[in-house]
Amino acid sequence: MNAPVSLKASDYKSDLKPVWCPGCGDYHVLLAVTKALAELQRPAHDIAVISGIGCSSRIPAYLNAYGFHGVHGRALPLGTGLKVARPELTVLVAGGDGDGFSIGGNHFLHACRRNIDITYLVMDNQVYGMTKGQPSPTTAPDWDSALSPGGTGLRPFHPLVIALASGANFVARTFSGDIKGTTQTLVEAIRHPGFSFVEVLSPCVTFRPEQREWKSAVHAAPVTPTDDPARAARRIMTDDGFNTGILFRGTRDPYSLARSDTVADMTAFERPFEL
Amino acid sequence: MTGKQPKVLISIETEAELLAHAHAIEQDALERYRMLADQMEAHNNPVLAELFRELASHEEKHAAEILSRAGNIALPDLRPSEFKWPGVDSPESAELDLAHYKMTPWHALQMALRAEQRAFAFFDHVVNSAGDPNLKAWAEEFRDEEAEHVELVERLLEKYPEPEPGWDEDDDLPALQD
Amino acid sequence: MTAGGLLLDAAGKAGLYGLQTRSVGPQIRGGEAAALLRLADWPVETHSGAFDLLLALDWSNFSRFAAEIKLDARSVVIADPVSGTVPEIVTAATQNIVELPIKEIADNISGGRVNMVALGLLCGAIGLHEADLIELIAGKLVAKGASAIEAGTACLHEGFQHSTRLDAVTAIGPERRQTGERRWLLTGNEAAGLGALRGGVRFAAAYPITPATEILEWLAPALARAGGTLVQAEDELASVNMIIGASYGGVPALTATSGPGLALMTESIGLATAAEVPIVVIDVMRGGPSTGIPTKSEQSDLNIAVHGLHGDAPHLVVAPVSLADCLFTTQWAVHLAEAMQAPAIVLSDQFLGQARMIVDRPADIAFVAARRRTENPDDDYARYALTPDGISPMSVPGVAGGQYTADGLAHAVSGTPSSAAEDHLAQLAKRRRKIDEFVYGDHWADIEGDGDFVIVTWGSTAAPVREAAEQARAHGLHIKTVAVRLLAPLKVAALAHELDGARRVLVVEQNETGQFHRYLRSLCDLPADTRAVHHPGPLSVTPDEVLGEILKEHSL
Repeated sequence: MNAPVSLKASDYKSDLKPVWCPGCGDYHVLLAVTKALAELQRPAHDIAVISGIGCSSRIPAYLNAYGFHGVHGRALPLGTGLKVARPELTVLVAGGDGDGFSIGGNHFLHACRRNIDITYLVMDNQVYGMTKGQPSPTTAPDWDSALSPGGTGLRPFHPLVIALASGANFVARTFSGDIKGTTQTLVEAIRHPGFSFVEVLSPCVTFRPEQREWKSAVHAAPVTPTDDPARAARRIMTDDGFNTGILFRGTRDPYSLARSDTVADMTAFERPFEL
Repeated sequence: MTGKQPKVLISIETEAELLAHAHAIEQDALERYRMLADQMEAHNNPVLAELFRELASHEEKHAAEILSRAGNIALPDLRPSEFKWPGVDSPESAELDLAHYKMTPWHALQMALRAEQRAFAFFDHVVNSAGDPNLKAWAEEFRDEEAEHVELVERLLEKYPEPEPGWDEDDDLPALQD
Repeated sequence: MTAGGLLLDAAGKAGLYGLQTRSVGPQIRGGEAAALLRLADWPVETHSGAFDLLLALDWSNFSRFAAEIKLDARSVVIADPVSGTVPEIVTAATQNIVELPIKEIADNISGGRVNMVALGLLCGAIGLHEADLIELIAGKLVAKGASAIEAGTACLHEGFQHSTRLDAVTAIGPERRQTGERRWLLTGNEAAGLGALRGGVRFAAAYPITPATEILEWLAPALARAGGTLVQAEDELASVNMIIGASYGGVPALTATSGPGLALMTESIGLATAAEVPIVVIDVMRGGPSTGIPTKSEQSDLNIAVHGLHGDAPHLVVAPVSLADCLFTTQWAVHLAEAMQAPAIVLSDQFLGQARMIVDRPADIAFVAARRRTENPDDDYARYALTPDGISPMSVPGVAGGQYTADGLAHAVSGTPSSAAEDHLAQLAKRRRKIDEFVYGDHWADIEGDGDFVIVTWGSTAAPVREAAEQARAHGLHIKTVAVRLLAPLKVAALAHELDGARRVLVVEQNETGQFHRYLRSLCDLPADTRAVHHPGPLSVTPDEVLGEILKEHSL
């Protein structure tokens, strides 16, 4: 067999050593991303991975691809600008629950609405790790911490159903430890036109050691993906938060902007000003 | 994740396919050990960093051996989804989620033991399901090697008793980053 | 408002120069509004002191405009008796009140409108030809049908007929242009849009805000025609990050905003500095702080534009020195940002942005986006390599082998995060170096005249300063004006050279605290006899006011 030398997952890994704690779910996500990219066989230089601030937002530098580690909460607009300006690129936006749902919450809603053909990967560990363990929008109301003693008392944000309501075209949940499932879901998310949202439950072993038990709590969604948002919403709202799989696969056309292929003569733009 | 193989039927059909899987098992295992070695290095656990590098170098040797033993058999160029792993991961790859910055050689070798056991189970399954005698012969060879590796790790483990509870205690609080 | 615009169009077609601004109440529709015009047979770039002519169709809420519409004894006021009593503030200023039944005239014409009658009156008073005006109106009303054109024509005719009662108004037209002389009628916001496009901008992100929105609205169709795109963002945090994303992808990118938006963007402008991604942000300044006075001009964002970024974050700040210069300065800003891989803030303002003005066609300039890029990076490629001029070749997505991660974290030459002192110092120094040592040429300021009396100014106050200096020269004074275009980095040595030997220096600007004056004080050794002249908006700095300051200073 004379198969061409294909790109391996390891070709998408950079030499930089992650700062993540050993045991962190994000290592699994890193592996899954490299495997998904190998599956797609996209050259590393045609891929851009964009992030904000937080533990998981360190991921671009650990990959061999173009990357941008921007400011807290603004990864989606960074990725949006890049994808609109350079539609031929594969753009992944990655980050955590604080970055994406708290400080960047507004961008999350509008990125779902806008339905640009990018994939948004949120490593959800229900905590701010880089600032030493404060509650995030997805943290349970009774989780005790120094900043919110006794818990926030706030109902957790539900990213999947909010993505769905806001118009995301692909909604999935995976568990980081399920490397194969996360890889497959990412491949499908990247291939699916429009805005794809993948929530990866990714344990924080330092501030939420109890999340090590997630691996026995997760289970594959016992249903096939639907393209009906109402059905998807019902499923998501009634599951236990540990249902994994592709929960919605929409049929909306991705955002596109008309643009001329030929550059107009510059003098045409000044003609309306002439007296 | 344990050393036990999930009960999923896999069907390896040709020698070349088996060799590609056997090679990937070693290659993945070595990359995983290197990843762990890097983690230990970054988190100032030099003993474990060295141990994981040593484990990685064993796997590297095995990977090279498989390639040379394949001789004229061209290995198919498989994408991640084309590997017929019974579980969520390449069988001999150590479990990343069980890593800890203060982990001891006992923990690392327990990981390695389970990894070798999973690899053994993988080849054992091929042996039992292979129809083609050549395929079966290759699978037996690999399985027997994995059995040796299991024994080797078990012997190593004799030198490292299980650490007392509290091995992971740290008086310093986690550090603030960005 | 429409009639005001038509008057300026008509004056322009007749060969006059002029400008139009507007003042409106807070209502979205139907509120009180004043169109303020200045017309002349020489290029006027600012309102002067008192208005020669005030035509009031309605006096309701006139007090809101009274401070902006200065009248003196020579001013002629046209009032319709049905609109009620002429306000005391008006009668106190001038006795020249001409009563004309504008509404009655319009009512007697089928489909007649008071603003068309008023337009006829004004055009007649200043000496434009009725036939030219009718031609112009017919063109504008074509879509509304023949009866609209007929009614408009009749109104204009009646207006012209009644204008004979306005002898007191000085006629200035019509004037004919020399053949071949080309003039434009445009706003500064349009000029800025054109400058951006000419400079090579092909991506814009937009969040609406007064008084900057028109730049973005002009760019939306223009970019599409030029092969680019404009995205409406959800907020300014998004718009600035979208342009950073696009520019990271190699596409020159811009957004336009006003003070509140700039405040929101500052964190990410710092990111563009640290990650060395060129972007252009136009701030069309309005009265501040906070929501302030969105529809009025003020030069009060200098501090935030120059000093607003956290950390030591060298970047570019430029300001157009006239309405037409919005084109040059924006185009130059694109060029500078791209050349230095740094953010550039353009400080325009509501006056420059929204005034409509007849100007000589601006000269074509060669400044375009030319980023130092690498198309074939070698194995040792380092995105933030330390180069002599501080500018490092940039690889953009799609270029094989050039993969790197741009980072707002302090980084090593490779882009890899590093908190090591030596990396931080080296990167701070290279980013400073590329901005400080760039060759900006003569464009750092527009300098006119000579003399030991120097007026230093910036932005839209440059126009009244230039006009006042002209008038002072007519009084025999020797005056130099320095309108600084490059605010950051300030060309300290060049400015010192211009101030060398100056006996008196005035620093003129439109804000409460004299932000530019303080900025100059912080960096330059200004002559002892330097005086700051400034007041905040909404009142503009006028030539009369500056001339008064010059004469006062001179007589000392």
